[in-house]
Amino acid sequence: MNELLYLNVMEIRENLRAKEFTAEELTKAYLERIDETETRVHAYLSVLRDEAISAARAADDRIRTGDQDFPLLGIPVAVKDLLCMKDTKTTCASRFLENFEAPYDATAVGRLKDAGAVILGKLNMDEFAMGSSCEQSAFGPTHNPWNLKTIPGGSSGGSAAAVAARSCVVSLGSDTGGSIRQPAACCGVVGMKPTYGRISRYGLIAFASSLDQIGPFANNIQDAAILLGAVSGHDPRDSTSADEPVPDYTDDLEAGVDSMKIGIPKEYFIEGMDPEVETAVREAIAVFEEQGAEIHEISLPHTEYALPVYYILAPAEASSNLARYDGVRFGVRKKGDSTFGSLFGMYAASRENGFGDEVKRRIMLGTYALSSGYYDAFYTKAQKVRTLICQDFKAAFENIDVVLSATAPTPAFEIGERLDDPISMYLSDILTIPCNLAGLPGISQPCGFTSGGLPIGLQLVGKPFAEKTILQAAAAFERATKHHEALPPL
Amino acid sequence: MAYETVIGLEVHAQLNTKSKIFCGSSASFGGNPNEHTCTVDLGLPGVLPVLNRQVIEYTLRIGLAVGADIAPVCRFARKHYFYPDLPKGYQISQYEEPICTGGCVHFATKDGRDVSINLTRIHMEEDAGKLIHGNELGDPDHSYSDLNRAGVPLLEIVSEPELRNPEDAESYMRKLRTLVRYLGISDGNMQEGSLRCDANISLRPQGSEKFGEKVEIKNMNSFRHLRRALEYEEKRQREVLESGGVIHQETRLWDESAGVTRGMRSKEYAHDYRYFPDPDLVPLTVDAKWLDEVRAQLPELPDAKSKRFQNEFGLPRYDAEVLTAEKELAGYFDQVVEAAGAGLAKSASNWVMGDVLRLLNEQKITINECPITPERLAKLISLIDDGTISGKIAKTVFDQVAESGTDPETIVEEKGLRQITDTSAIESVVDDVLTSNPEEVEAYQGGKTKLMGFFVGQAMKATGGKANPRALQEILREKLGS
Repeated sequence: MNELLYLNVMEIRENLRAKEFTAEELTKAYLERIDETETRVHAYLSVLRDEAISAARAADDRIRTGDQDFPLLGIPVAVKDLLCMKDTKTTCASRFLENFEAPYDATAVGRLKDAGAVILGKLNMDEFAMGSSCEQSAFGPTHNPWNLKTIPGGSSGGSAAAVAARSCVVSLGSDTGGSIRQPAACCGVVGMKPTYGRISRYGLIAFASSLDQIGPFANNIQDAAILLGAVSGHDPRDSTSADEPVPDYTDDLEAGVDSMKIGIPKEYFIEGMDPEVETAVREAIAVFEEQGAEIHEISLPHTEYALPVYYILAPAEASSNLARYDGVRFGVRKKGDSTFGSLFGMYAASRENGFGDEVKRRIMLGTYALSSGYYDAFYTKAQKVRTLICQDFKAAFENIDVVLSATAPTPAFEIGERLDDPISMYLSDILTIPCNLAGLPGISQPCGFTSGGLPIGLQLVGKPFAEKTILQAAAAFERATKHHEALPPL
Repeated sequence: MAYETVIGLEVHAQLNTKSKIFCGSSASFGGNPNEHTCTVDLGLPGVLPVLNRQVIEYTLRIGLAVGADIAPVCRFARKHYFYPDLPKGYQISQYEEPICTGGCVHFATKDGRDVSINLTRIHMEEDAGKLIHGNELGDPDHSYSDLNRAGVPLLEIVSEPELRNPEDAESYMRKLRTLVRYLGISDGNMQEGSLRCDANISLRPQGSEKFGEKVEIKNMNSFRHLRRALEYEEKRQREVLESGGVIHQETRLWDESAGVTRGMRSKEYAHDYRYFPDPDLVPLTVDAKWLDEVRAQLPELPDAKSKRFQNEFGLPRYDAEVLTAEKELAGYFDQVVEAAGAGLAKSASNWVMGDVLRLLNEQKITINECPITPERLAKLISLIDDGTISGKIAKTVFDQVAESGTDPETIVEEKGLRQITDTSAIESVVDDVLTSNPEEVEAYQGGKTKLMGFFVGQAMKATGGKANPRALQEILREKLGS
């Protein structure tokens, strides 16, 4: 592997500044890496070679003229294919949008460009971000770089796998119920879902609007912090984006966890958890303790309801958000059976052909939950329980700073293993979903490996807008364990 | 059996904001198809709505004007249905938590009754686009969508079922138009669709508390359509009930050319709109300070203006209602009275309601374009009042002022229209008239007193209409010995 591919963001910036190599050389090294790994990993849905090289040249021009005060100047990044990028295909890994070219940049993509990043391409995912394995992509699954027979997690499987495979430096994904953290855990990388509202959702193709949040993937905490800082901040085009100042997330990463109060929710060691995962998490707790953190057992009593609440609210919002895919203005249009008129025949045929099974399943679940006569029993009730889950966290955070748990109950499973069993697939997110329901920031970082060599993820959840606290804690763990230095056998 | 008619109206008023309710596209009427669109109102993947502050402010204006309760926190909800003029597959509207509840609209009927209709609610929502069917373009196999109107802000104003006849429904609708125009929030133009209305109508036995099955009527594009459709439906339902039939809940369309309502869809096919709070928009908070600011900027409203015209100027109720129906007309009248003096207000009212409105009608212009300024009309009225010209001559002067745009006094002087008040001059004219019409004089004296008009006419003709009519009549009576 080209040695340029081992460098982190700060090292690259120093080297570019020192003219050790150019952004163009670096970008080409990454494009070669993509060629080398993609046939096995399939993390990318599109590679933007020409655009990347011209962005790299533009970065080199800036460096030459000394105009280089941009956090990601010349850094090769990639983004999940549900972030709109002007004049490039944005497919959401769906047949429906196979040929959709967004006429605008998502705010997060615009901020990457403004920060000087070189966008290498668009990354694979479960269709419309609905899935936990990346197998629901209409364009074929992504393979886990640690074991090509296993899933990379999902829905941001491409984003996690590309970072793990060193086919980009950092990437953006999105997380609705664990779609950043669970693939980060599967692929042994860092993945963070910030506080709801931290990063603008404008241009993020919506799955469940009240839960969706964009976030960074990286091979280390510092890179994640840099990327997070570059894309965060209020956006007038997203009413739900927070008007909160954006701190420098790389400050104080060295601060350590001395007397930090870490809560371990007893409800998070669930039945069916892989023993190796549990062992790794217990070891991680010991590491934090050694570093000076105070460990407290806590209770989040409504945890068991999080999964059912999520599977009412998220599909309900999805059934609404996906109504715009009607074949009228863009995407797939098919002429259909005109039993109910040619218009409704067209709708039915377009959606039947454009959407995959999991998307259809969730549209049906959500439509049902919102139907008259069922709304109060499902949607309204689920919202009430969501409030209880928020209150659980609020009460817990009165006494602690961070909640620690496993990211997922099991390591990556084999491709195809759970495809016929949606419930077991949904269980992958049982430990990540509560954090979305409560809108809290959460991070997953590597905390060891199974005997079979698969990464295990550790999740830290913080108070609203306390990204800095969880980054500090994660950085301390990273320094103590060095799990992040392991490379997949690619 | 005697039946009572029960009508409730759902009125949609397009707000005349510069931009649409959730994006920066122009909200103006017209334009080439899809010219006033952007990524947001086209409903492209990934876009998000951002609420236009002006829309809230306009809604607060009408909420305050009708005395509605304004929710300190309200929400938007999504209303789902598939149609090609609805880009997102849902309309952003308000459902369980509207911005305004309650309130009341007052109006006077032609026969002088005061009617107050309570409102259920007023809420904000976005308009849908329009479909253009290819058969209008010689292309019958296709339909086209024009999304210029998609996302234009709408208010939905829902009345309680308190209207009792089609005429009141029309008056209510007119009053709403007056209100939105006073408030400057909508053009209130029914033909262009900036004011639209659906009506619910049912009949129940006189004295019954229970409502009958209601029918919803759509597609009424003018005040006249509204009244005619309701009259038709009232009659149709009465006939069904009287012949022992039942009314089924349904939606019917008004067909203006045929003068009938026709069934469109029955309740069995009613949509399930699957409303739920829009997660892309945060709850909207309206604080007391904001409300106070909006309240302070409200113009004098039609009801207050009408009361003022009645109390300060002694105008009859009917005059006051006509003059205040349009803010601009009321403003014009106010200026006339200001220049002429409150003592001439009734005269001013007669002129404005009569000749001025006639002139506007004839020339198809608005009061703002009226060629007679309020000051000139005031002058004209003063000239009548001080006896310089007669009321009859004043009509001529009015037309000449309108035509030439000159001052009434100048016209009176230049054309020598000053009234003859000199009794000796009038006497000699009267003498001539009586001398040349001996038969009529005899008849008059024989009891045909109606001939007085004939003598007045002859004398007026001889003076070119300038004789002071009161003086002329006195002299005639005297000379005819009556």
